[in-house]
Amino acid sequence: MELLVIFISALLINNFVLHYFLGICPFIGVSNRLDSAISMGLAVTFVMSIAASASWLIYYLLLVPYHLEFLEIVSFILVIASLVQVVEMFIKKTSPPLYQALGIYLPLITTNCAILGVALLMVLKKYNFIESLVFSVGAGLGFALAIVIMAGIREELEFADVPETLKGAGITLIVAGILALAFMGFSGLV
Amino acid sequence: MNLWKEFIKGWWKENPVFVMVLGTCPTLAVTNSVRNAIGMIAAVAFVLLGSSIIVSLIRKMVPNQVRIATFIVVIATFVTMADRYLAAYYPDLSRALGPYVPLIVVNCIILGRQEAFASKHGVLESIMDALGMSIGFGIALILMSTVREILGSGTWLGMKVLGHWFIPWQVMILPAGAFFVFGFLVWGFNAVNKAFKG
Repeated sequence: MELLVIFISALLINNFVLHYFLGICPFIGVSNRLDSAISMGLAVTFVMSIAASASWLIYYLLLVPYHLEFLEIVSFILVIASLVQVVEMFIKKTSPPLYQALGIYLPLITTNCAILGVALLMVLKKYNFIESLVFSVGAGLGFALAIVIMAGIREELEFADVPETLKGAGITLIVAGILALAFMGFSGLV
Repeated sequence: MNLWKEFIKGWWKENPVFVMVLGTCPTLAVTNSVRNAIGMIAAVAFVLLGSSIIVSLIRKMVPNQVRIATFIVVIATFVTMADRYLAAYYPDLSRALGPYVPLIVVNCIILGRQEAFASKHGVLESIMDALGMSIGFGIALILMSTVREILGSGTWLGMKVLGHWFIPWQVMILPAGAFFVFGFLVWGFNAVNKAFKG
């Protein structure tokens, strides 16, 4: 039950994009086409769950016993950067079709603040290993949900008469605001 | 003269937030009050200045293949310093900013400036560039937080500016308000820039 609450809350109520404002760069940059948005969402979910588990292990098995908590930021970012490289090589070797679909998004993920955000929040919220895993999958799927909805709306916006200077980032942010209002409706869920 | 140009370009023409749309996470997340915004500006300016100086000093020693990793470690070191300092001397501000101080590591403005500028220019120019970009970031955050705090709670930096007749717009402090204000400010910046160009 506890795990379900964590999952739903990461997915809908405290949605990473619309509540914590994490991962806004890809949310604006890669949301103009539906298929690339789906790939990006899946790639983020995938890397996020691996990165959260790896960071959890490093933090509680290495940093805490040796009182090195102040190295949190440096070690997490290094773990994420090297993990993305490993995942990229692994996918390239084992599953070329998957690499075709996710390939170009993987390097972008290193600087996606949502990944580091998951690692930092899971320490802040003092989750155990299983809770962290559930939290990261929920957060990743929440990101995927938000970016896919946004891509769907933006494909329709192509045909709308948006003022020249509002096109691109401007209108995307205003649509995101409306989405954030809609997602507030979920806050009574838990 | 050249230095002055590096200094002022970030204020408006190449404003990192409104024109280049970088560093959006903190812009949206910590602008619900002017006080939080000032804390974030100070932290970002410190990290940007420190890492620009170090990166421009070591730019000839770092092999090209590992430069991104090197930049990130340099940035993370300065972020850790800023984070510990805030936690020790301003605990309530540190709590209010929460994970957004450590997240400065992945702020695209900082890595972007190292990659695009500090790794190719001398120390003096890099300092000017870092200061200019910090001011541009500051202008953006102060603008955002001013609009949000005045409309959302009727105060500015904790001082009451609107009278009792004013009913706060709750939505402005909520995430949705951040997106709206940011969207409209980006629109305004584009419109002004276009009007001056044309």
